[in-house]
Parts: sequence; C-alpha cells; structure tokens
Amino acid sequence: MAQTQVTTRLKKLINTPETEVKDAMAGMAAAHADLIRVEYDPNVIIRKDAPRKGKVGLVSGGGSGHEPMHGGYVGLGMLDAACPGAVFTSPTPDQMARATAAVDGGAGVLHVVKNYTGDIMNFEMAAELARGEGAKVNAVITNDDVAVQDSLYTAGRRGVGVTVLLEKIVGASAEAGADLESVTALAKKVNANGRSMGMALTSCIVPAAGKVTFEIADDEMELGIGIHGEPGRERTKLKSADEIAEILTSTIVKDLPYKRGDEVLAFVNGMGGTPLIELYVIFNAVHRYLTGEGIKVTRSLVGNYITSLEMAGCSVTLLKLDAETTKLWDAPVHTPALHWKV
Amino acid sequence: MAVTNAQIYAWLERYAGIVAEQKQYLTGLDAAIGDGDHGINMDRGFQTMLVKLAPVRDKDVGTLLKTTGMALVGSVGGAGGPLYGTFFLRAGAALDGKSEVSDRDLVGALEAGLKGVVERGKANPNDKTMVDALTPAIEQARQSLDNGAPLETALAAAADAAEKGMKATIPLKALKGRASYLGDRSIGHQDPGATSSYLMLRALSDSLAAVPQRAKTTTT
Repeated sequence: MAQTQVTTRLKKLINTPETEVKDAMAGMAAAHADLIRVEYDPNVIIRKDAPRKGKVGLVSGGGSGHEPMHGGYVGLGMLDAACPGAVFTSPTPDQMARATAAVDGGAGVLHVVKNYTGDIMNFEMAAELARGEGAKVNAVITNDDVAVQDSLYTAGRRGVGVTVLLEKIVGASAEAGADLESVTALAKKVNANGRSMGMALTSCIVPAAGKVTFEIADDEMELGIGIHGEPGRERTKLKSADEIAEILTSTIVKDLPYKRGDEVLAFVNGMGGTPLIELYVIFNAVHRYLTGEGIKVTRSLVGNYITSLEMAGCSVTLLKLDAETTKLWDAPVHTPALHWKV
Repeated sequence: MAVTNAQIYAWLERYAGIVAEQKQYLTGLDAAIGDGDHGINMDRGFQTMLVKLAPVRDKDVGTLLKTTGMALVGSVGGAGGPLYGTFFLRAGAALDGKSEVSDRDLVGALEAGLKGVVERGKANPNDKTMVDALTPAIEQARQSLDNGAPLETALAAAADAAEKGMKATIPLKALKGRASYLGDRSIGHQDPGATSSYLMLRALSDSLAAVPQRAKTTTT
C-alpha cells in the first residue's frame, strides 16, 4: 500500500515570510474595499465606516495564520477592528491601541482576547495605553477549550472556537446600540456557555520556521490541540470520523454539562487543511450524538473559521443558546468571511 | 568600576547578534513545547532594536535601555514582547539620565527589570519560564557584590547561575504559557524563555569583560 507523502518542508504561496502578513492585508483590503480599510505600522484592519458615533467598538486580534479570524470578521454586525500579529504570535500593544482609538465612537471599546499568555499581556498593556488617552476599555477573555483540564496548574483554558461565535453575537448587540457594560456582560455570558475541543491529523508549517512544527506518523492523531500547531495533550492511533466526533462531542457535553432539552449552536470548524466533505462527515456524527443525548441543535456552522494554517483536523464547539443569543446570532452580518441577511 | 553607556550599547548589540545566530536553536526549543517561534520573534525584536538604538547610541544608559524596551514591546509580539520589553523598560527607568552607572546601580536595574517581568507574567520560580534563569542569576549578582567581588566576577557568576537555572527547567512541568497546555508532556524539554534569558546575561558578562571602560560621554 502506498504511504502518503508527508510534507515536512516549506511549499507555500508566499513572497517572503517577512512580508506575508502585509501582503495578505493588502489583498484583503483590495478584495473587500466596501467593508474594510487597512493601516500598516502598526498593522490594523478597520471597518470602513469606523468610528461610529455612540456605538461600542469591538476589537479583537491575535496571531495571523488563523484566517479568516480575525480580519475576516470586521464589518457590519461583528468586529470594528482586528489586529493581526505575526504568524501565531500575539499582536503588539501599539497595534491594539491604534485599533482602539480608530473605532472609539465615544461609547467605549471591548477587547475580545483569547486566553493565551502573550495575547493577555499585550492587550493589558494596550488597554493601559488606551485608558491613558481617555478611552473606556473593557476586555473579555475567551477560554472554551475543554482539552486543557487542570486550569489551576496551567495558563488556563485556551480561547478557541467560541471566539468566532462570541464576535458574531456580541457584534450584533453592539450594532443594535447596547452600551459597554451590557456588551461586556453578554460577552461573558456567551463565553460561559461555550465549550470546544480540537484534534489534528497533521502539523502545519510556520512560514518563518520553514518546517513542520511537530512530526506525526501516518496512522496517528493528536487529540486536544490548540490552534498554533502546539502538540495536544494526547497522541493516539487514528480512528474513524464517527469515533473522533464522539470523543470530541462527549467530552464537551460532559464538561459544561449540556443537558437534555438544551438548545445549542453546533460548530464544526476545519483547521485549514481538511476539506468540507470531511467536516460534514464530522458534523453528521456530532448531530447524531447530540440528538441521542436529547440536546437540540437549533443553529449550526460548518467550515474553516478559526484555522491553523494548513493543519488537517477539526474542532467541535457547542454554544448553549437562549432567546437573546439566538436572535443576535440570526441578526444581519456583512464581513469578508461571514455574511447573511443583508 | 563604573559601567558606561558604550558598554551597555555593546551588550545590547552583542545580544542581538547572539539572538540572530541562535534563532533556529531557540525556535527548535519552542517547537518542542510551544509553537516554535521564540527565536524568530526575538530576532525580529532585536533587529528592530538595532535600528531604533542607532540614533541614540551616545545617550544615557536609561535612554538606551528604555529605547530597547519600547522597540521590543512594539515588534516581538507573543509573550516575549511584553516580558522582555518590560524588563528593559524597568531597568532603563532605574538608570534614567545616567551615562555611567555604578556596579550596584546596574545590579539594581537588573533587579527592577526582573520585578517587572514577574509582575507582567505572574510566573513563580519553577513554573518553567524565563524567571527560572533570571531569578537565581540576579540574586547571585547581588550576593557576589555584597561579598566584595568586582562587577565582572559578579556578572560571570550570574551568567553561570542563569545557565544552571536554565538547565534546571528541563525536568519541570510547565505551569505558564503555551507549554502548560502539554501537562506532563512538557517534562524533559529545556524552556526557550529561560534559554534566551541565560544568553542575555552571558552576553552582558562577556561584553563588560570585552569592552573597555570609556571616559564620560555626553548625556544630551
């Protein structure tokens, strides 16, 4: 039987690793000139019509390599600005401070921060700078990854898939005119009701490093990965899609726990290197499992939304919905990567 | 002995060179327990620092260190940016306006830098971070000075202590940063942040030994 050739070295559509982020930002600006504008030095992607007077500004950011997160979510009904860092590296405080100033319409700004040490520290420094300039800044930290078990003895759970859902729901609320305190409280509620877990079939290649971040055999998988090519908590033999979906979903369901009768948004996310056909195979098993547990899937999202370059694999996210969050999820959104009802 | 701004500049320049040389080594250490970009990020930061430092190289030590800190905060990203940035900003603030610093002032500035790192990163000793190299090293420097050793000797002893602290991170389980997500799988790997911190202190020791003192220079 022929073995699959594992790509261990760099083969990418780039000019140079150093210019990759800027080249991509320029491409985004050209492709979506109706929705966004970009600034360089520091790098920021800003909603075209920002700042909007009286609207709470929603700013997020993180390393590049997770596209469409976060730049793809800048636009009507979602983010006002996004700060792309170097690949898999937190952006810097000057980027976030600039983004904050650019979208502050007088009603304050909410920073949506994923729970990674670098992101937390840089956003904290940025908030200090912005407050020094007189801005009102709150922050919400997403930490939905159930693969990180003992948060007392780690940097805490990672922020992963829930971040996308939160940006959509909270974005709709800010668009509708909610004030900073309400928007912040809603963001915390969404984070508290969401859980995720991911797995990988292959590593990715960080362009500046030029080779795979980790080696993995053809018949193995990593369970409980994050979104930076960091190894997961456990490496096991590869299983069928149904078995993988059940491992991920059952772990998530037990964690909150999600109960019989709960209404959830089920989100199957690709890590960048897995085709949609496989993601739907996973979604089918996730849906069947949840239905079997008496959990009602009332909304869904399937696709590559928070990726890890070309890593193959997927993550599953569940978000418990109520009338308020369902309505906000359904509200119009128009961004490069997410758009409906407009 | 008094340390001059030329010696501090020589340290920063030497360390930038070492980071560039050791970029792949640091990145390899990080790939094992993090996401494999520590060397790349530090090199981006210190290359930026060289550019920002050139126009102020004749200024006082505080300016050199604060300029370094700002360059790192604004270009490294990740956890390394705010941690190393804070280290140099705090050390620089402690030496504001001085073109020559005493042995004690220099070690005091390193202590201020470490305090900043601990506040920013909230890491404790044995969490498997840069603090595990910096803490014993800077304590050693202070102790050597208290025992009457000359600065060169104190800093060489500090670099040795940092090296020991760096190696001592190998059997530890990471409790901070991305490595902490690996749990027990982080055991057996040397911490990349402790390694870059060791290299920084070794560069300080080596550059003070290599660059002769210079007469007082302008402070404007």
